[in-house]
Amino acid sequence: MRALLLALALLLPAGIAHAISDPAEMLPDKAQEARAEAVGRQLRCLVCQNESIEDSGADLARDLRAIVRQRVTAGDSDAEIIDWMVARYGDFVRLRPPFTPLTAILWATPVLALAAGFAAVALRRRPAPPAPLDAQEQARLKALLDR
Amino acid sequence: MKTRRVLLFAVPLGVAAAAGGGFWVMLQRMRSGSFNPRGVPSVLDNKRVPGFNLPGLIGPGFSGPDLYDRHRPVLINFWASWCPPCREEHPVLMALKQDGVPIWGIAYKDAKKASLAYLDTYGNPFERVAADAGGRVAIDWGLTGVPETFLVDGDGYVRWHMVGPLTHAMIPTVKSLMELYAG
Repeated sequence: MRALLLALALLLPAGIAHAISDPAEMLPDKAQEARAEAVGRQLRCLVCQNESIEDSGADLARDLRAIVRQRVTAGDSDAEIIDWMVARYGDFVRLRPPFTPLTAILWATPVLALAAGFAAVALRRRPAPPAPLDAQEQARLKALLDR
Repeated sequence: MKTRRVLLFAVPLGVAAAAGGGFWVMLQRMRSGSFNPRGVPSVLDNKRVPGFNLPGLIGPGFSGPDLYDRHRPVLINFWASWCPPCREEHPVLMALKQDGVPIWGIAYKDAKKASLAYLDTYGNPFERVAADAGGRVAIDWGLTGVPETFLVDGDGYVRWHMVGPLTHAMIPTVKSLMELYAG
């Protein structure tokens, strides 16, 4: 138990580690920096593809982080910054894809999977109950039970 | 019962055959350069190139409108001397140059001295070559890495693009596209 707690305690800092290792990258204004991080976490690093630009150590991610911070200081809204990125990299840059006809299947997948599961259960064919015993079998059963 | 057995045999076989066929098509298209599994779909496809103005690496630099003021298609190749796949791609660019395909290069985040030394050593496949030292113009092009190549038609519209190195197998595709957009 103690070992488990220790392991969990050691894992905690890993969860909040960021690629920003250089404090010079961060904005001096705490609120602005928090906003930049929140926006950056919604943007995909185009190099590693499964990380946000806040988490990625790639060169391009660093450049994009710098642009996000420039625009935050310039007073752009979160939506404006994300639109700026989408104009260059498409919806692919958004880690949370928007709901469009193209992504409808993606968003509907959990519901569809659940529906398919229920349908499978509902439609499962149960084996037909055995036919009732005829007179001869009844007699034999009775003989066996009476023995 | 018999149809059930036939189905149990035929359905998985059909699925496997369809998947195999699909993979085969993917491999063929990867070879010819019309499909790239790692590629990010470019927003620029069938759009006009973004506005930019870059200083020259050798000779004068160029801007967006310079790409299409002669109304003929041109390949734009982002590269860097520090990028191994660019080195791998280089002979293909040289072969395209030999075949008369105009290529304009943009050195991405590269030290001027290193870019020049690279072209000196391996040959210069570029008609014109500019430097994007800060990498900001590349972001406007939606670049995700080097090398990346864009085919820009005579009106400045991006008609094709390749993420990653061009290969010799893609030369026929590139040449036929260049002819197609030459009008």
